[in-house]
Amino acid sequence: MLRDIDLSGFEKITAKDLPTECMVSSGHRACQGCGEVLAMGMVTKAAGPNTIVANATGCMEIISSPFPETAWKIPWIHVAFENAAAVASGVEAAVKALMRRGALKDRPHIIAFGGDGSTADIGFGALSGAFERGHKFLYVCLDNEAYMNTGIQRSSSTPYGASTTTSPAGKKSIGQHTQKKNLPLIAAAHGIPYVATASPAFYLDLMNKVRKALSVDGPSYIHIYAPCPTGWGMPGSKSIEIAKLAVQTNVFPLYEVVGGRFALTKKVAKPQPVTDYLKAQRRFRHLSDKEAAFIQQTVDGNLDYLQRLVAATNPEPAKAKKPKAKAAPAKKAAKKK
Amino acid sequence: MTKNSICAWQDLALGAAILEPGNAANLKTGAWRTLIPVLDEDKCIKCGLCAVYCPEFCITERKDGFFRPDFDYCKGCGICANECPKKAIAMVMEDK
Repeated sequence: MLRDIDLSGFEKITAKDLPTECMVSSGHRACQGCGEVLAMGMVTKAAGPNTIVANATGCMEIISSPFPETAWKIPWIHVAFENAAAVASGVEAAVKALMRRGALKDRPHIIAFGGDGSTADIGFGALSGAFERGHKFLYVCLDNEAYMNTGIQRSSSTPYGASTTTSPAGKKSIGQHTQKKNLPLIAAAHGIPYVATASPAFYLDLMNKVRKALSVDGPSYIHIYAPCPTGWGMPGSKSIEIAKLAVQTNVFPLYEVVGGRFALTKKVAKPQPVTDYLKAQRRFRHLSDKEAAFIQQTVDGNLDYLQRLVAATNPEPAKAKKPKAKAAPAKKAAKKK
Repeated sequence: MTKNSICAWQDLALGAAILEPGNAANLKTGAWRTLIPVLDEDKCIKCGLCAVYCPEFCITERKDGFFRPDFDYCKGCGICANECPKKAIAMVMEDK
C-alpha cells in the first residue's frame, strides 16, 4: 500500500556534524576488522544515548557482554535467538505505560539488533508479528551471511555459491546451492513505514537511514551488510573495501522503501563485474567462470527487479508523461490556426 | 566460593544485571595486535575517515587536530591504513 509518511522529525546528519559518541565502548571482543560491530557502533552513534537495545543471540551479543563486563553504555537486554523483536515490542509497551503514568518524560528510541540467522531463520516469526502489531521500534539486521558466532554455518541469508562448514564446496557441491532470502523486501511486504538497506562503507547514508527509521511512527527495518573477515576468508583490513565492492558490483544495492515507495539511495553509474567481488573472498574461491556468470546474471536480474519496483511505486514517471500529453494538444491547436 | 568465581551469587544484581556501563574497557585489547598503525603527519589531511571506520571506536581527534588511535585498544586490523585517502597510515610490525 502506498502512503505518505511523516518524516518531519528527521534530523539529517552531514559530514560536518557527524556524531562521535559511540554507545559501544572499546574493549569489546570482536575479531580484528569486524564490519558488524562497526555497523552496530554507527547505528548507536546515530541513535544517541537515549536508546534501549534488545539484542538477539549472535556475534554481537557474545562479543559485547562477557559477564561480568559489558561494552554497552546504554540499557541493553540480551534475549534468546528467536525473540529480539518480541522483547523490543514488550519494551515499547512498557515505555508507553510509563509515559502514560508520567514516570517517563523523554521517549527513548527502541532498537532490536539481530544477526541474519536470528532475523531470517530463527526470529522470523517474532519479527513478522512485531511488524504486524505496529510497535514503534527499529529492527536492525546485521547481515554477515552465515552463523559466524558458532563457526560459519549456512543460514537462509547465505548467498548462492558461498562455501560454509555446513554447505562445503567440493567435487559434487558448489557450496550454498540456494539463493539468499530477500529480507528487506519481505519486511516491506508487511506495509511498515520504513525499510532500508545500508552498508557501513557508506556511513552517512547508514546514519541518516537510522535517523529516518527512528523518526517514523511505527516499526522500521534496516538491513545492514556486515563484512566478516573470519567467515568470508579475507584480511581484516579489507572489510570496508569489500563492503564498498558489494555496492559497486550491485551485489548489495542500497535502497529505501518509505511508505511503500522504493528509491535507490546509491546509484552505481558503472557497475564493476561481480568477479571482482567474488575473487576477493575465500568462500567464493572455488567458483568456476560458468558459476560466476550465473551469479552475475542473478545480480543483474535482482537489480532490474528493484528498478522496476522503483519505477512502479514512484509518481515521477507519470509526471514525465504529462508534459508530452500537454504538448500534443498544443500542436493540434497550432495546426487549426 | 572458589578463587575463580566472580562473586557470591547473593552479591549479584537482580537479573544478573551489569551496573557499570561500558566496563568492557577494562580489557586492553591492544595486546591482540601484531601490526601497529603509524601515521605520517606530513601526508595526513585530518579528514577523520580513520576514526569513522575504526571498528574498535578507539581513534579520536587529539588537541593537535590529528586523529590517533588509543593503543590500549587498537587490535591492528589495518582498516584505517586501507581506507586512508592519502595513504598516510602504514602498518608496521610492532616490537613488544
